[in-house]
Amino acid sequence: MANLVEIRDLKVEATTDSGRRVEIIKGISLDIADGEIVALIGESGSGKTTIALTLMGYARPGCRVSGGSVSVAGKNMVRLSEKERARIRGTEVAYVPQSAAAAFNPAATIMDQVIEITRIHQLMSPDEARAKAVELFRALSLPEPETIGTRYPHQVSGGQLQRLSAAMALIGGPKLVIFDEPTTALDVTTQIEVLRAFKSVMKAGGIAGVYVSHDLAVVAQIADRIVVLKGGEMQETGTTQEILNNAKHPYTCELLDAFEPKPRGAAGPADPQPAPLLKINTLVAGYGPRQTDGLPLVRAVQHVSLEVEKGRNLGIIGESGCGKSTLARAIAGILPAVSGSIHFDGRELGRSARERSREQLREMQIVFQYADTALNPAKSVEDILDRPLAFYHSMRRSARSVRIDELLDMVRLPRNLRQRRPSELSGGQKQRVNFARALAAEPKLILCDEITSALDTVVAAAIIDLLKELQRELGLSYVFISHDLSTVQAICDEVVVMYAGEKVEQLAAAELASGAKHPYSKLLFASVPKLDTGWLDGLDQRPEMARAFSKAG
Amino acid sequence: MTMSTSSTSTTSVHKYGSRFGYRFNLVGIIGLAVILSWALVAVFAPLIIPYPVGEIADLDYFGPMSQDFWLGSDYLGRDMLSRILMGARYTVGISLAAVTIACFSGVVLGMIAAVAGGWLDTVLSRFLDALNSIPSKLFGLVVVAAVGSSIPVLILTLSVIYIPGAYRFSRALAVNINAMDFITVARIRGESTLYLIRSEILPNILGPVLADLGIRFVFIVLLLSGLSFLGLGVQPPYADWGALVRENIGGLPFGAPAVMFPSLAIASLTISVNLLIDNLPQKIRDRA
Repeated sequence: MANLVEIRDLKVEATTDSGRRVEIIKGISLDIADGEIVALIGESGSGKTTIALTLMGYARPGCRVSGGSVSVAGKNMVRLSEKERARIRGTEVAYVPQSAAAAFNPAATIMDQVIEITRIHQLMSPDEARAKAVELFRALSLPEPETIGTRYPHQVSGGQLQRLSAAMALIGGPKLVIFDEPTTALDVTTQIEVLRAFKSVMKAGGIAGVYVSHDLAVVAQIADRIVVLKGGEMQETGTTQEILNNAKHPYTCELLDAFEPKPRGAAGPADPQPAPLLKINTLVAGYGPRQTDGLPLVRAVQHVSLEVEKGRNLGIIGESGCGKSTLARAIAGILPAVSGSIHFDGRELGRSARERSREQLREMQIVFQYADTALNPAKSVEDILDRPLAFYHSMRRSARSVRIDELLDMVRLPRNLRQRRPSELSGGQKQRVNFARALAAEPKLILCDEITSALDTVVAAAIIDLLKELQRELGLSYVFISHDLSTVQAICDEVVVMYAGEKVEQLAAAELASGAKHPYSKLLFASVPKLDTGWLDGLDQRPEMARAFSKAG
Repeated sequence: MTMSTSSTSTTSVHKYGSRFGYRFNLVGIIGLAVILSWALVAVFAPLIIPYPVGEIADLDYFGPMSQDFWLGSDYLGRDMLSRILMGARYTVGISLAAVTIACFSGVVLGMIAAVAGGWLDTVLSRFLDALNSIPSKLFGLVVVAAVGSSIPVLILTLSVIYIPGAYRFSRALAVNINAMDFITVARIRGESTLYLIRSEILPNILGPVLADLGIRFVFIVLLLSGLSFLGLGVQPPYADWGALVRENIGGLPFGAPAVMFPSLAIASLTISVNLLIDNLPQKIRDRA
């Protein structure tokens, strides 16, 4: 047999709740040679994880392999009995999940869980297994490899846990490792270390891998070959270089385009304004009980000052936990600030939303990251958009109905969506409804809290384009919060970098990479993966520096 | 849930009751039918009873089922069928009134506590927890013994006993909904608490709350029957089903129908309520 993995005309079908059968994988054929890393890339719902799971002979509940064959090291995983498959899982094929935090048992030590595979398959004695685990920890450049195994999962950081789950996968000496979006939930600065560790271990062991991801730039660093999927069909396949430089299929081009930030058409020099639209002065906000000094226990935002000019956009960027969302919540009055002032359109705003007038609330709207929890599942799109119109503008029923159509047009949603409920919309459509609801208030400023982070690359790019277009038409201003540098660059004029609750630096969007002076900003900007296969290897970044700025060490 | 709502609305007319846009299954239909027929009996009882409730019609006591007395006669020779049909008025009527009051106040208070939070939530929760800590039968006995038994007293006592449960249940559900972003959006739009609980929270907890209402109805029927069995419920010559069991308990050794049928009536009502709420249409159950 020539190749380690040979997938031939694989078909997977799923049964919907109404009993209908839907083919979700429509005849995929794929080969993986020994030691080769193949990336499966595509948007959510494209079937990339489903394919990866069939390599272990597993189909998620409600799904079944309806045709074709999946042979791994000469064994057809589809035909094997469940018992035989269980014997192969962990020893020949191993799996690294997306969320390591959810995959570890919080009640057992890391070492016990890492060597569990050797115990189940009786591969070696516990002492040998422990020695091998420590070797793997060292190879994955984990800190304190000798003792990290005695800790519990909550005592290590997210990036470390992800590497530990790789150690768990590798301890059985598999020929093939499946990585299911292992770095998607990590910050860019952490992602680099994890990627680098994965790459060195895989290359050193000559292990073949399947890397499932939606991020082309990440995949470019680690994969030898890329398979682009959409709607359960293979769109394009080729070596990483070929795909990046010479993509043929329109969907691949779309993916590549979505990655390249189209810099925002220069809004021209800021017109001298009498007063900025939003002005925040030494704002402090946090959680927990008040301490004796009058400040909350956890101060998530510390003495942040910033200004937003009318018609211009401010980006706020930083890793998770840096206080950027708390800042947005404090500005919106959801979480009342402890000290500092917020001036909006020349007037001082109350710290809590309750102290603000209806007009002040109307002029500043907020759009949240998770589109589905921000829409009431029991209401139709029409009812959702209707309420702000009635509430703020006291419009009549017929006028409201006309306006709802206009709003749907504005956010490029078909009008026949009016009667649908949020659960019947896609992620991108939901986020558009959220946006339409904010627009219904006719605001001057919209706070966008990671609004594209939960969306696929192509969908997110379309939302960003929509935001820009609406800005041109309506003269809005945005405060755009994100952890994704390229999105922020695409829409903002000025960018504020936050770290550990403090504003580190403020830069013009055009000179982000060149103008950064603060070491954290430099690290952050250097950590954003580039569409270049040599980027990771060529990065001369000292791990100590990354560690100095990562909270858990 | 995401998938199911879209698919149920598009498919199939072959299931029962789909004409109303709701898909019932057969067991649910049977439960509903039994409940509705008892409700009709309660409303029209005076028109259909063959003998007046208090009249001693049979010469025998604990008479068997016969042409004249379909369900036999009781310990004084009164017609059992008439007494059960009239008893439905008390059992169904009192329980329905009590469960309505209990669930309405409990759910409203629960949602207010969840939305308002802070001291109001603490005070309400501790007060109702304290109320909950009193055993329900004991509470009923003490109240009825103290102020005497009348229908309004029974209704109020039963509803007070079951308010804390309804409150706890709806508060727990509402707290989850309250943490969602769409509530935050409504809050910073400047909406009032009334709007929040009526339009944003209630539609999302309606399914479980209805199911809870069914269970609570069953509990109230059983407690009312228990109180009546102890002689503290509806007073003679009228009797609800629990009182009928008690009156005729002496007939148990003879296997008299007078003691069987009121028990069967209680069982049929509580079981069919359970069947109904276990088989509520998917569309209602999905509302959470």
